[in-house]
Amino acid sequence: MKGNEAMAEAAIRAGCRYFFGYPITPQSELLEYMAKHMAEHGGVFLQAESEVSAINMVYGAAGAGARVMTATSSPGFSLMQEGISYMAGAELPAVLVNVVRGGPGLGGLQPAQSDYFQATKGGGHGDYRLVVLAPSSPQEAADLVYEAFDVADRYRNVVLILADSILAQAMEPVELPPPRDPAGLPAKPWATVGRGRRQETNVVNSLYLAAEDLWALNQRLQAKYRRIEAEETRWEEEGAEGADWLVVAYGSMARIALAAIRQVRREDGLRVGLFRPISLWPFPARPLARRAAASRGVLVLEMSAGQMVEDVRLAVEGAVPVRFFGKTGGVVPEVEEAVEAIRRMVAETAPHPAHR
Amino acid sequence: MHPVFEPTSGLRADRVTHYCPGCTHGVAHRLVAEVLEELGVLERTVGVASVGCSVLAYEYFRVDMQEAAHGRAPAVATGIKRVLPDRVVFTYQGDGDLAAIGMAEIIHAAARGENITVVFINNANYGMTSGQMAPTTLVGQRTTTTPAGRDPVQAGYPIRVAELLNALDGPAYLARGSLHDTAHILQAKRYIRRAFQAQIEGRGFSLVELLSSCPTNWGLEPVEALAFIRDRLVPQYPLGELRRPEGVR
Ligand SMILES: Cc1ncc(C[n+]2csc(CCOP(=O)(O)OP(=O)(O)O)c2C)c(N)n1
Ligand code: SF4
Repeated sequence: MKGNEAMAEAAIRAGCRYFFGYPITPQSELLEYMAKHMAEHGGVFLQAESEVSAINMVYGAAGAGARVMTATSSPGFSLMQEGISYMAGAELPAVLVNVVRGGPGLGGLQPAQSDYFQATKGGGHGDYRLVVLAPSSPQEAADLVYEAFDVADRYRNVVLILADSILAQAMEPVELPPPRDPAGLPAKPWATVGRGRRQETNVVNSLYLAAEDLWALNQRLQAKYRRIEAEETRWEEEGAEGADWLVVAYGSMARIALAAIRQVRREDGLRVGLFRPISLWPFPARPLARRAAASRGVLVLEMSAGQMVEDVRLAVEGAVPVRFFGKTGGVVPEVEEAVEAIRRMVAETAPHPAHR
Repeated sequence: MHPVFEPTSGLRADRVTHYCPGCTHGVAHRLVAEVLEELGVLERTVGVASVGCSVLAYEYFRVDMQEAAHGRAPAVATGIKRVLPDRVVFTYQGDGDLAAIGMAEIIHAAARGENITVVFINNANYGMTSGQMAPTTLVGQRTTTTPAGRDPVQAGYPIRVAELLNALDGPAYLARGSLHDTAHILQAKRYIRRAFQAQIEGRGFSLVELLSSCPTNWGLEPVEALAFIRDRLVPQYPLGELRRPEGVR
């Protein structure tokens, strides 16, 4: 299955029955898969007039208590920021997919990781965070999309799957999770479904005219974010324990990094390990700091001009040197380039033989 | 004795609205609430409040409500209605909200024939942000951003929303009423009722445009403001039903 299709099918299996979206390459197969299959499951697919509308339809549907999803690519994700900020304020759960392409502006169609800042640092106005999950294979993408709906509901928070077009277009075998019946999902007593016999009305809202009230909302949000940090931080390592050097990479870039690491281990006999953040927010700062402190140096590889590297530097806090190699604009680093970058970092961070 | 006035259970009796004295936003609220009550649908209605003077509408209506971003109410209502097709879903929007920033959302909701009802308050300016030009501001009308009066060469012409939407196939019901005197208020209520009726019968998109006063920003006494609607707004925005499906009474 293609990564895009795997994510779409996993969402349906997670009980998602509402999809609102707008076409943009390289995400369109996800949209088209939903258009083709949502109705079979009694769900609704709607092509909105813009990403602005799509995300606001998601807002309405999420507020009405539904499992709902949208998917887009970078320029569309920019347009969704308004709605995402409102969803953060109103604490609405939903799952979004951003298949990142090169920017800024109209950019290009090739894979990139240059929306990292926008995805992990808020993106829209106000103090808020999305849970950001970055799969590195179609299988993991399907698994994370499936789980993302539960995470979103648990915290009443938007969960973003940050993908790239290598992942979205890759064709790999995928084992799909079992279908879940939306009727069996936990109730959402806060949803606006009509007052019924309730005395009080339910209101989905992010307006607080009194500063103290808005402060209270923000306090509550920040407490929630601390809870998410404690409970939802995800990462994966390969050969990182006891490694002399660490490479940090996420998404498809992590697969390229792994190939490079294997090559230098084989050819140079160096102990280099991979640290792969899966949740980009919450960022796995503590486990990374622990590993980094036991190493001689860290190299961050990205398909960007250097965005996640800032979080790595914050995590490492100067304990060891942090180097960066990245390419952006849709140019994917070659394994050979990654190998060279690792060798450079090793040379620069290894004690000079004369000082041993 | 026959009661002259009774509160509607569609509005919360424990709330005092923040609207300015003489503003007909309050009348529009009352009409919508009465209609929902009379149709017996208060318990299965979900409203969408927009950004503008009516931003706090969810504090006043006794129905579940969502607050939408500026202009996006029709998209939010679409999301709600698609999840809850058997509920009554309405938006309450001003002219800045609906005809400027939210023009794409309203046109496409109407074109889709989305089975929702839109209550559209046309007061020919941006009330909440203190009286700037709206798309509906009359030629020559003074606002804080057209201090010499709206000059169409510089600021374009007013938009007749009901007529604009009437060019589409999607809408089932379109009408324009006015809130400037009792007779017109009663007529507006009939329009609102038919709009909701159309939705309940599943006929598709319905919108009622209501000419409404803004004495504060027009710089007029409340009574003068009603006369301004009658004498200035009505000629530009003719009243009546533009589209009404067969069988909706
Ligand atoms: C994105 C965005 N832009 C601008 C505003 C500021 N704003 C608040 S209300 C409003 C105009 C509302 O006017 P209208 O819809 O005519 O309603 P009225 O207040 O007249 O009832 C504007 C521009 C906002 N809240 N959000
Ligand atoms: S500013 Fe105008 S529209 Fe707003 S409440 Fe006052 S009179 Fe009404």
